[in-house]
Amino acid sequence: MRTALILLFALALAAIPGSLVPQRRISPVRVSDFINEHPRLGPIYDRVGLFSVYTSPWFSAIYLLLFVSLVGCIIPRVAMYARALRARPPKTPRNLTRLPAYAKADIADQDDGVLGRAAAALRQRHYRVDTAGDSVAAERGYLREAGNLVFHISLVFVLVGVAIGALWGFRGTTVVVVGQGFSNNLTQFDDFSAGSQFSEADLAPFSVTVKDFDVRFETGPVQRGAARLFRANVEVTERPGAAPHQEVLEVNKPLRIGGTTVHLIGHGYAPKVTVKDAQGNVAFSGPVVMLPQDGNFTSVGAIKAPDARPERLAFEALFLPTAVLDDQGPHSVFPDALNPAMFANVWYGPPRVETGKPENVYSLDPTGLRQLRQADGQPVRIALKVGDGVTLPDGKGSIQLDGWVRWVKLQIGDTPGVPISLVALAFAVTGLCLSLFVRPRRVWIRVRGEPGHRVVEVGGLDRADARAGLTEDVAELVAEVSRPEDVSAT
Amino acid sequence: MRYEYYSNLALVSSAVVYMLAMFAHAAEWAAARRLSVTEPAKRELVNVAAADNVRPELVVRPEPFDKLRTAPVEGHYQSGSASGPQDQAAVSRRVEQFGRMGVALTIIGFLLSVAGVLTRALAAHRAPWGNMFEFTIMAMVFIVGVYLIMVWRAGLRWLGLPVTLLAAVGNGLAVTVFYVAVAPLVPALHSVWFLIHIVAAAISGAAFNVGGVMSILYLVKKRAEERNNVHGYLERLPSSRKIDLIAYRFLAFAFPLWTFTVVAGAIWAEYAWGRYWGWDPKETWALVTWVIYAGYLHARSTAGWRGTRAAVIAIVGLTSFWFNFVGINLFVSGLHSYAGI
Repeated sequence: MRTALILLFALALAAIPGSLVPQRRISPVRVSDFINEHPRLGPIYDRVGLFSVYTSPWFSAIYLLLFVSLVGCIIPRVAMYARALRARPPKTPRNLTRLPAYAKADIADQDDGVLGRAAAALRQRHYRVDTAGDSVAAERGYLREAGNLVFHISLVFVLVGVAIGALWGFRGTTVVVVGQGFSNNLTQFDDFSAGSQFSEADLAPFSVTVKDFDVRFETGPVQRGAARLFRANVEVTERPGAAPHQEVLEVNKPLRIGGTTVHLIGHGYAPKVTVKDAQGNVAFSGPVVMLPQDGNFTSVGAIKAPDARPERLAFEALFLPTAVLDDQGPHSVFPDALNPAMFANVWYGPPRVETGKPENVYSLDPTGLRQLRQADGQPVRIALKVGDGVTLPDGKGSIQLDGWVRWVKLQIGDTPGVPISLVALAFAVTGLCLSLFVRPRRVWIRVRGEPGHRVVEVGGLDRADARAGLTEDVAELVAEVSRPEDVSAT
Repeated sequence: MRYEYYSNLALVSSAVVYMLAMFAHAAEWAAARRLSVTEPAKRELVNVAAADNVRPELVVRPEPFDKLRTAPVEGHYQSGSASGPQDQAAVSRRVEQFGRMGVALTIIGFLLSVAGVLTRALAAHRAPWGNMFEFTIMAMVFIVGVYLIMVWRAGLRWLGLPVTLLAAVGNGLAVTVFYVAVAPLVPALHSVWFLIHIVAAAISGAAFNVGGVMSILYLVKKRAEERNNVHGYLERLPSSRKIDLIAYRFLAFAFPLWTFTVVAGAIWAEYAWGRYWGWDPKETWALVTWVIYAGYLHARSTAGWRGTRAAVIAIVGLTSFWFNFVGINLFVSGLHSYAGI
């Protein structure tokens, strides 16, 4: 018990730093910010695992030790409980007056049904009863220890469920522009993590098309701009060739396709642009996913037209759903697209040999590119409203903002251990309630004395902390047992 | 708009009335300082005999775990005193008056805060626990409600001062610091678990608070008992063993409910965020709180950890609960940052 106590405190203490120091799993950006801000402390934190507390060896060691100690404690207690279940209630102590609750009453000489009534009264109160000689021994509340054992065993199963999920599960996210689709295939994920036992063949071959996405924001004075509704209408095809069916995907209402869940976890804007090169040919046309930077969806991204000739073109762009241009520079003041605008600067350079090397689609790598400048050396800045287009200086080409469309971020995942953990938790809570609220109690009733001076004695003992009503129960028993007419009445 | 106005009016008034109730209980404690010292053992026997209404042949051990009640005030001056029974009677009458006044004011404050929560619900057209302000006012209703029931059923008036202090500070902070105007919910809160998870959190939080307050009183009383220095209001508290037992009952009630709260939160998180556990700061501290109270329950059955140490653990657990509620909401960013301040 002392070991468990120490390990519990160690666990509580060890869990705290993860809530105060940024964690890689939750926000990698904040971790790198932290390291940049604390050049001395950052690497030390990193080495001792403070940026990934919950997977660190020391944290794992604590909870594994806790579970080892739990199992080591539970096994002997299960054996003890099995013996106790078959055992008879303990023998009546010699001196009942020493018990925490004691009462006695005179009984008539000819009344020889006292012990029978005592046994019946105790059975009626759900005691296990054992009559021996001149006394009755009784015990109840066996479920307390059972609940205790069930609770602790369930915790082991919770951990087993979590472990199964971690080994066989997977989780990935993908950005889908409204109108486009996603098929459940490794190449289509933007990021993906899976357990060591997961194999690609486990991915169910479904596909999802996002037909439209409805989003509403608070326009009233209170919590202006807060999200009020996200709803995506999607078309699900469970496997290639199957008939597609319509589904509604909302926050709190994930899709379940086979064993896989699809959650709606984010959204943003994708301006639709058309870029023409110096020769007047369309070098790029379509929506460009941009990443929101703040609650008002000031979004940044890169428009790349590697096929523009004779020189390829690229744009560093800022899309603002409700654009305001003031001394803070261009920014968005509301998350909905009330006054959409795009700001961009322009880069150009000689065509590049396609290497097939993956590159970040959201940011521009300026290697091999030059920024397009005006005659006075100032960078060219483009500001476009929907429908506007501009011709770039020096005959470099043109760009047009055709419109905008939303994108949604879907999380696709499967955590196979969850049902095990959930059932185990239901057992755990039930067991916990039994172990805290069932009150084991022992009662002994003895008949003693000579003819003319016979008494019945009742002694009671509570075996758990939450003692209540023992004295009353003992008083009630002695009253019931000492009066024969009470029994005939019941 | 009108509902919101009346809600705020009721809540501000309830904070003020709770404060008055606290003053009344403070006066009760102060007046009790003039009660003379009595022999604890003697008093115990007197109480039990008086309260149990037992038949003469029934021998009751002086170990009355079952009786939670405050010693009847008459018990004190019967035991004799230096300043004479007449004065003592006047003093205990005054103590009693202040105590009753405190409870009466608490009832008024409670009714006002219930009205405040209900009108808030009417103003918002939804369950009134969508942000930190609403959670606080609801939790205070539970805390004071439980306390009043215990005053009525089990004579726990001796909790009056700390509970009214808590309620005055809670509702006071709610209407000043935590206040946000009525607004609809963000989509992540549109769930049946919104009702279940948060009500369970509020009820178990209320029980943790009452249990924590009792653990503090336990430590105070125990210290006085050990120094043989039980006088004034401390004398009107039950014995430290009894306080410990009642504190345990509250915490033993709260712990499974808190377990359920965390589990319900995990289920909801699976629906809303696509993962049942993500080590969000709020989740982490909920687990830390859970682990500390698990430690409390273990400590109570570990030799050398019962009593004082267990009570200290219960207070640490309450601190962790409060840090999770106030600190995490206001100073740490995470998915549960719903304070809206």
